[in-house]
Amino acid sequence: MSVPRFPVGAAVRIRRAYPPGHVRAPFYLRGCAGAVNQIVGEMGDPEELAYGRGKGQPVTVYRVRLRQPDIWPDYAGPPHDTLVVDVYENWLEANGEEGP
Amino acid sequence: MSDPHGHSHSHPPHPYQPDLEDAPLTHYQILELAVAELLIEKGIFTGDDMRRVLENIDSRSPADGAKVIARAWVDPEFKSRLMADTNAAAAELGIDAGTIPIHTVENTPEVHNVIVCTLCSCYPRLLLGLPPDWYKSRAYRSRLVREPRAVLAEFGTELPDDIEVRVHDSTAELRYLVLPMRPAGTEGLDEAALADFVTRDCMIGVTLPRSPDG
Repeated sequence: MSVPRFPVGAAVRIRRAYPPGHVRAPFYLRGCAGAVNQIVGEMGDPEELAYGRGKGQPVTVYRVRLRQPDIWPDYAGPPHDTLVVDVYENWLEANGEEGP
Repeated sequence: MSDPHGHSHSHPPHPYQPDLEDAPLTHYQILELAVAELLIEKGIFTGDDMRRVLENIDSRSPADGAKVIARAWVDPEFKSRLMADTNAAAAELGIDAGTIPIHTVENTPEVHNVIVCTLCSCYPRLLLGLPPDWYKSRAYRSRLVREPRAVLAEFGTELPDDIEVRVHDSTAELRYLVLPMRPAGTEGLDEAALADFVTRDCMIGVTLPRSPDG
């Protein structure tokens, strides 16, 4: 078991990266900032498992909560609407700014 | 002698529903057939094993999820266990929810939850059965995260602005189930009667359970 890198409440950003292959970080959220809502636990890394690799290297999965206006600057609904997404730890980086 | 059809057949033939075989197989349909045949040929599993798995999938329906929700409405301790471990709570009711962890999200007067899988069509099949076609559509998957209130309104669900709409994008090996709020006017009803108010769509979060008061 590896120690989760981010605690609940941590301000995080989903990496703005565009690697080839099987990727589980949705395109529309890359580069977006939010906060760790929950640490789900360790899971196999789908980006390796998709190619028959990585069974021995589980990755911590987080539920990250983002404010809709931080995803869509022209979001039509009220600013307190949110989105929660499952993110693998290798897709998260620390963000100095405050999360929701 | 009169024509039993009521009219003469001088017009072109009626259009007919195409047979399954009239559409060409896609690349992935051929691949799936080939892999299944190989696995059976190599003795990894039998055709009977495969049929039983498909039968099990086909036997699941939203009635299973509704039983779980109705129990949570009448039994607060069960509800706590459901929120902590949905698969184990379902097993208490004799429902095999499988090995992929299901996470229940609770609607409150302040928060309305709704589920989508933008990457594909992840869905708690063992509690809700097969997903509806719209859940898998590109329109639902792309629009729910972009304009959730507009999508909900198309399902007839208009929520006041002071409620937080919380969209869950299911992208890992987790599945999501919405625990709706128990509708007003159901105070005297027992668990079985309550389950009738729990529809598939309100466990996805696109609708609310109707109230017997109308």
